[in-house]
Amino acid sequence: MILLEKNRKAVLLGNEAIARGALEAGMDFGTTYPGTPSSEIADSISAMARYMKNNGIEPPFYFEYSTNEKVAIEMAAAAAISGLRTLTCMKHVGVNVASDAIMTYAYVGCNGGHVIVTADDPSAHSSQNEQDNRRFAKFANLPLLEPSNPAEAKEMTIEAFNISEELKLPVLLRTTTRVSHMRGVVELNEYPMEKRKGDFKPGDYVTVPEVARKLHPVLLEKMERAMEMAEKSKFNFIEDFGGSYGIITSGASYNYVREAIDDLGIKAKILKLGFSYPVPEKLIMDFLNNVEKVIVVEELEPFMEEEIRVMAQKNGITTPIYGKGFGRFTPLYEYSPQVVYPTLAQFFEIEYELKEDAVEATPRPPVLCPGCPHRATYYAVKKVAGDDAIYPTDIGCYTLGLLPPYKTADFLLCMGSSVGSGGGFALTNEKKKIISFIGDSTFFHAGLPALVNAVHHNHNFVIAILDNSTTAMTGHQPHPGNSIDGMGNEAVKIDIERVVRGIGVKHVEVVNPYNMKKTIEAFRRAIEFDGLAVVILKAPCILLDLRRRKRKIVFEVDQDKCTGCDVCINEFACPAFYREGDKIKINESLCTGCGYCVQVCPEKAIRRKK
Amino acid sequence: MKKSILFAGVGGQGVITAANIVANAALKQGENVITSELHGMAQRGGDVKCAVRIGDVYSSIIPPGTADAIISFEPMEALRNLNVVSEDGVIITDINPIIPPLVSIGIGEYPPVEDIISRMEKKCRVMAIDADSIARKAGNILTKNVVMIGAANAAGVLGIEKENILKAIKEMLKEKYVEMNIKAFEMGEESVSKYL
Repeated sequence: MILLEKNRKAVLLGNEAIARGALEAGMDFGTTYPGTPSSEIADSISAMARYMKNNGIEPPFYFEYSTNEKVAIEMAAAAAISGLRTLTCMKHVGVNVASDAIMTYAYVGCNGGHVIVTADDPSAHSSQNEQDNRRFAKFANLPLLEPSNPAEAKEMTIEAFNISEELKLPVLLRTTTRVSHMRGVVELNEYPMEKRKGDFKPGDYVTVPEVARKLHPVLLEKMERAMEMAEKSKFNFIEDFGGSYGIITSGASYNYVREAIDDLGIKAKILKLGFSYPVPEKLIMDFLNNVEKVIVVEELEPFMEEEIRVMAQKNGITTPIYGKGFGRFTPLYEYSPQVVYPTLAQFFEIEYELKEDAVEATPRPPVLCPGCPHRATYYAVKKVAGDDAIYPTDIGCYTLGLLPPYKTADFLLCMGSSVGSGGGFALTNEKKKIISFIGDSTFFHAGLPALVNAVHHNHNFVIAILDNSTTAMTGHQPHPGNSIDGMGNEAVKIDIERVVRGIGVKHVEVVNPYNMKKTIEAFRRAIEFDGLAVVILKAPCILLDLRRRKRKIVFEVDQDKCTGCDVCINEFACPAFYREGDKIKINESLCTGCGYCVQVCPEKAIRRKK
Repeated sequence: MKKSILFAGVGGQGVITAANIVANAALKQGENVITSELHGMAQRGGDVKCAVRIGDVYSSIIPPGTADAIISFEPMEALRNLNVVSEDGVIITDINPIIPPLVSIGIGEYPPVEDIISRMEKKCRVMAIDADSIARKAGNILTKNVVMIGAANAAGVLGIEKENILKAIKEMLKEKYVEMNIKAFEMGEESVSKYL
């Protein structure tokens, strides 16, 4: 396993580099809830643990996929306050879930180093928003490191543990999609293998008001020391390519700036901030004093720009500062050479023509996989409830039900919102049927409190729990409904049906969604039921199921029977179906043999291929 | 020295693995290399692209109009990324369309492959190969990504020694698939000979 080799170079994903950095730093304890673009950090740690165990080696750390990000932080905080080195990773919106813990954790602090990774997603490639979590560093008062590439990601992870331990304060390591999912050359160095135990000693860790008031000034003092560390950090450096204009940048934006220097022949001084919060005031002021004007190149919010403008005003420095609103720089979407090159050309007053010959190509949005059990569920639900119902949905592959022809997604905020909003819709839209969709991992993550609310207040709607026994969208991570955990150990499997019944739902049915007739009947009864009804659709993710199968089964269209009614294409819309001339065919390499189309076809024209 | 190659295709075709093999081969040759890719929502049958950049490079995104090559596993995906390739560059594309499901239900159109290729030929050199058939002949459709690497290397767009690519294949793929993939690589090399 390349991730466990030593004394060589390897091409690693930014996320793999973070996992490797944690290993080299002697991480004792790791927690996560998976989410793109952060998932491969934890998946790499999980893979390392399982590889070691399979080879008879005791992993030097404990690792788990926690129920949600808040639980992940709480678990890790206990380990860190007990003196252990801990890592918690999540996607940007995961920090929202964890923030209740994080805001006060900053007051309490840690003893062992605790690195919290937030993987942000500018352009929302795989997210419900593009929030800029550098704001959390300022909001919670936590130091912030921002790598630009995999090599830095590894080095900064190691350094973040050191900074955290020195300040006794958790440190945020912030990546973006383009850093997490960038591969680059990384040095693989030695790592420790001894397993350490925690040693908790009571202290000022109970944040009653009196203690909180005492800890707040301690936190501010820690951040002053963090600022001094940022002033001297090797991750904050100036590159002088001549000229008298300056650029201040960080993260992925640095990569576009640095390459523009070569491609556009720009003469500039670059101040690159890797330890970017607290923004090192003295370093910035010296830089501003040495340039005629400066441009801040940063994605999303004008985070550094605002800090720098305030500092300049405070210090009476009048060097012109450019940033958001100049050229193509806006708070929207990720930066790229397409954004940065023309804007720098304008700032440096040089000729540059961007080659932008836009091409018309038919869009190819992601779709539910052929054989996906969610497609079967949506097909059955639409047969019963049609277009008239309201379909609150949730975070997972099944959000793709939004697309035609299913259109079974009407409202989405965040993890668990299908259940919470379902009650709200039921009370305010009395004549409509409400059917909320939530996946199994999402149900454990944030659906449970909302379900308790719905039962307690006797809300009248239907919750469809799409139980494919994995966290599919992010790469098939285990969750509390599985019997093996992230270390490869046996785990207690939590049965969703028993949980739902235990909370007090009176109408509960469990069906196999691949059985169309039974699924339709189950939804009919659930909708008719006066009160909260839960239908659990139980069938494994087709991608996992295919891996377990020995023989490939495929189906074909009997051209003698097919009348070209198009139900399979227009209503069921499995990607394996296609038209060839006036014939409908099944693409054998896409067909997964689920056989649901046999139930869909009104002419009985689909059969198993022998 | 800078070399930029864009691998494009549809989720599930092995685009990211292909880019990863090339990146590892570049490292074996002692080059600096970076790649970019997208995971998650972008993977479920949607369009996938993955840049491989070798040499004095920092940006994982290829500046528009500067790529030395597009290696596309599907014709529409080559066209979608036409903006990235330089006029002096080359496009190597497979010729087997994967019709987007939205087109099947009447949203959008899929033009004839010949039209897609002639549109691209207005900008730069195009090498069109039937990589699906070649991969099947090599033993499995899943070797298609290695067929494409073979074609790209024979066309001279990677600038990597064959020996280093084969080493990367051996290191990264499961042992039982190595022989089949080496065959696929060599058949890929032959497939572009008519263009050279």
